[in-house]
Amino acid sequence: MNTASTSDTWTLLFGAWLIAFASSLAVLFIGEVMGQAPCNLCWFQRACMFPLAIVLAVACLRQDAGAWRYALPLAAAGWAISLFHTLIYAGAIPQSIQPCGQGPSCSSADMTILSVPLPLLSVLAFSGIAALLLIVRRKTRA
Amino acid sequence: MTRRLIIILTALAAIAAFAVGTWLYQRQTTVHASTLAVANADALVRIHAPVMGAANAPVTIVEFFDPSCEACRAFYPHVKKILADYPRDVRLVIRYAPFHQGSDDAVAILELARSQGRFEPVLEALVARQPEWAAHGSPNLTLAWSIAGAAGLQYDRAKVDAITPRVIGVLKQDMEDVKALGISKTPSFFVNGKPLTIIGPDALYQLVKGEVEIARNKP
Repeated sequence: MNTASTSDTWTLLFGAWLIAFASSLAVLFIGEVMGQAPCNLCWFQRACMFPLAIVLAVACLRQDAGAWRYALPLAAAGWAISLFHTLIYAGAIPQSIQPCGQGPSCSSADMTILSVPLPLLSVLAFSGIAALLLIVRRKTRA
Repeated sequence: MTRRLIIILTALAAIAAFAVGTWLYQRQTTVHASTLAVANADALVRIHAPVMGAANAPVTIVEFFDPSCEACRAFYPHVKKILADYPRDVRLVIRYAPFHQGSDDAVAILELARSQGRFEPVLEALVARQPEWAAHGSPNLTLAWSIAGAAGLQYDRAKVDAITPRVIGVLKQDMEDVKALGISKTPSFFVNGKPLTIIGPDALYQLVKGEVEIARNKP
C-alpha cells in the first residue's frame, strides 16, 4: 500500500469517525441535556453508534484501514434499525399498541429536532458511515 | 473451521437461553397477575366506577384507563366494537389509572360529566382529541375542559369545586386498587377477573369471546 492511498483511507476513516462522534454527542445532548428520554428503538441505535465513535477513533489514531471489518457490521446493524424506526415513524409500518408506562413511544410526534425527524437523521448518519467504510474496504482490497 | 463452528454454536446457545428465559418469565408473570387478581377480586369492580354497556351483563371487562394514554386511545375503538358486538353480554367497567401528568384533572372532567349524564360523549371527545390536549409533560387542561364543554359538559368554578371531594375519593380508591393488583401500565384489562396478559386488541377480543361463550352455555 503506498502512502497516497494510506492518507486517502485515513481521511475516509476520519470522516466516518466524525459522523459517529458528532451523532453520539448529539443524541447525548438530546437525551441528557434536553431531557428527552430515548425510546426503545433509539436505545438499539445508540448501542451501535457509541461503539462506532470509539472503534473509529482508535482506527484513525492507528491509521488502521482494516478497522472497517469491525466498524461496518456495527454501521450495518444501526442502519437496519434506524431504517425500521423511520418506517414506523412515517407510519409505513404499523406499530403494535404499546401500553403506557413503558417509556416514550417510538412513533411519537415530538421526536424531532429543528422539525427534522430524529429517526431520519439516524438513517442518514449510519448511511454516511457505512458508505465511507465501504469505500475504505474497496481501497484496502485494491 | 472448528472455531467458526464454536462461535456459531455458542451464539445459538445464548439465543436459546434468551428465548427460554423470556418464556419462563412471561409464564411466571401471567401466574402472578392471575393470583393477584384472584386474591384481590373485590379490587376489580367498585360500586363507584363508571359502567358502559348492559349493567347486568354476565361478562365484565375491567379496564384500568388513563385519559392521557395513547395506548388507551388506540384501544378505544376496539373496546367500543366489543360492546357493540355483544350488547347484552358484555359491560365495561372503567377504573382510573392516572399515571400521566394532568390525568387527575382529566378524571375530574370525566367525573363531572358522569354526574351530568354526559360521561360517554365527553369521554369520546377527550379520547378523540387527546393528541391536542395531552402532550406528555405539558398537558393543556384548559383545552381539555373546552373540548369537554363542546361535547356538552356544563362547567364552572362552583361545579368543579363541588365535584372535587368525590374525584379525590375515587382517585384514592382506584390508585389503591391499582397497587393491590400490581398494575404498572395502561391500559390493563381483566375479563371476568382474568387478566389480559398479551396486550393487543385481538387478544382482548378472543378473551371476551371465550367468556361470552362460557356464559351463554351456562344453564
